[in-house]
Amino acid sequence: MNLIDNFDSIDQVQAALRQQNYVADRGLTTSIYLALKLGKPLFLEGEAGVGKTEIAKVLSAMLGRSLIRLQCYEGLDVNTAVYEWNYTRQMLEIRLLEAAGHISEEAALKKIFGPEFLLKRPLLQAIERSDGIEPVLLIDELDRADEEFEAFLLEILSDFQVTIPEIGTIKAQQPPVVIITSNRTREIHDALKRRCLYHWIDYPSFEKEYHIVLAKVPQAPEQLAREVVAFVQELREADLYKLPGVAETLDWISALVALDREDLSDEVINDTLGVLLKYQDDIQHVQGAAVREILAKIGSRE
Amino acid sequence: MPLENQFPATVNEHGHLLRNMVLFGRMLRALGVPVRPTQILDLVEALAYITVRSREDFKNTACTILVSKFEHLPLFDRAFDLFWQARAENELLEIDLGALLPSRAKHEKKVEVIPNKGSSDHESNREADEPLIDTIYTYSAKEVLRRKDFADLTPEELDEIKLMMQKMEWRLEQRRTRRTVRTSRGTYLDLRRSFRHNLRYGGEPLQLTWRQRKLKRRPLVVIADISGSMERYSRVLLKFIYSISNGLENVEAFVFGTRLTRITRYLREKNIDVALDQATASIHDWAGGTRIGDALKTFNYDWGRRVLGQGAIVLIISDGWDRGDIDLLGREMNRLQLSSQRLIWLNPLLGSENYEPLTRGIQAALPYIDDFLPVHNLVSLEQLGHLLERLGEHKPSRRHHVTG
Repeated sequence: MNLIDNFDSIDQVQAALRQQNYVADRGLTTSIYLALKLGKPLFLEGEAGVGKTEIAKVLSAMLGRSLIRLQCYEGLDVNTAVYEWNYTRQMLEIRLLEAAGHISEEAALKKIFGPEFLLKRPLLQAIERSDGIEPVLLIDELDRADEEFEAFLLEILSDFQVTIPEIGTIKAQQPPVVIITSNRTREIHDALKRRCLYHWIDYPSFEKEYHIVLAKVPQAPEQLAREVVAFVQELREADLYKLPGVAETLDWISALVALDREDLSDEVINDTLGVLLKYQDDIQHVQGAAVREILAKIGSRE
Repeated sequence: MPLENQFPATVNEHGHLLRNMVLFGRMLRALGVPVRPTQILDLVEALAYITVRSREDFKNTACTILVSKFEHLPLFDRAFDLFWQARAENELLEIDLGALLPSRAKHEKKVEVIPNKGSSDHESNREADEPLIDTIYTYSAKEVLRRKDFADLTPEELDEIKLMMQKMEWRLEQRRTRRTVRTSRGTYLDLRRSFRHNLRYGGEPLQLTWRQRKLKRRPLVVIADISGSMERYSRVLLKFIYSISNGLENVEAFVFGTRLTRITRYLREKNIDVALDQATASIHDWAGGTRIGDALKTFNYDWGRRVLGQGAIVLIISDGWDRGDIDLLGREMNRLQLSSQRLIWLNPLLGSENYEPLTRGIQAALPYIDDFLPVHNLVSLEQLGHLLERLGEHKPSRRHHVTG
């Protein structure tokens, strides 16, 4: 039974996402829905902390599929991304075969380059599923990998198959659900993006962020949630080097809840600003006068 | 709502929709959004899964399939609204495609043209300083062309210099990446290959193969001043940027006067003069005022994280005459230095023997500069080339600066 077939409209996907406590706007939901229906990878770009990685986790829970994650970094290569031979075991096996004494070279080769000596890395795992259920493959922060890996990924994403010289070609029966994320620290090559559906995740509106906070931190008092979201929204308008993401909002409200706060005051904001802003310059810029100003602005609106 | 009628559901009229989508794809292409025919086909396939009558869903669907770059999103938005609002085809033809091009109007609002004669402080009055440069000219006039100041070249000499520049070879110091390549001798054992190799000896490790860190050129980022005070040099220097961007694969170029403009893509044009004309056509403030601090801030906020990865070397070409906020300049220079492998400031005025870096701008920037070099003739460019060849693997030792 393929769960993807159960979704027949954007609304159904939206409801399912909501059930997983993920608040997505119509545009993002449309992209997800189409990615599932068309069997195309979904390429998500956006600032850090807007919930790109989270989507893969939510999809895996929503579809009842396992999540396979490939974290990208510079120098990521085939050995760590696709497969590697288990050399130690192969060496041992050769010694054992030698000791046994009567086996042809050809048979020996065939044995030590068999599947049981193969270490499967995330991409191969995603393509070759023994249980028959295609997983959700998350290729996280692709912008951190180098161009060489991108070229390689392009090949995999176009036909979802891997060729291992000693074994042969392994092809996915059904393409997995692929989510690729990028923080846009560099441009990803067009050829790769064109194979994907593209969606830019922006910072959420007040309404959306408020709902996210209530969904993720249900123990937060509503008054506090409203003030926190309003404060963060104002902060995103400020002249900061690194704007706070939704992840920071959630961290902050969790911290305030842990401190038993019912509402915001400039004192508690100044004390906890480090949860929200990650650059010393930004903290100095906001601390004190700017905090009071934003608080007054929020207060006057209510 | 009349718009709803644009998305007919019957099979017969679906053909009309398809035609419209092909037209729409063409329109996007004309605007510089590279849409491929396969993407149009994907869009047609996707329509089977959504309610075409919902304008919002249709727009989101078209967007996720046809657009693959953040920069193209606003373009798509406006194109979509305009296209699907135009009822009849003859109206379509009247759409002013030019009006849709990247919001120039928005930028223009930001440009504050500072009149050259408006302010009376001495930075704005360039005339007074020109005799200083002129003394260099008389001095260098007797030197060979290579030593001749750029600002003093005749058009014929300029052509010759251009040719000489194109012949210059730039070998940027390479950095060791984290990717490895096969080598005969190296640091890391290539287990996969060694094992394969030695199977013929029955698994006895007789021949080992090695891997070594791959070397890669560092990215080079050039930020050039094209404001009034630098106008005499800017043309030649743009040619200089062009010549290195052709020789190296990884060059990003920006120019600024009152605001920062990225010209990297113009530099990729094949013809040097076409590239320069396009670069200058896109720059509105060719001879306006200089606000180095603002320009660097824009660079740090909008571009720094995207082009300064992988140990980039930053070249700033400016004389340091700044009409903007000096504290801001210091702050942004500090930030820029922290995020670059090497921060080099090239100043044409440094070619003069009498020059002392006394302007406010240079004073504010100097503490954060790794190398402060002249760039007034071809010899100085060659010297720069030599420096870039032996930068070393580590960042230069820098004094710790306290911000605040």
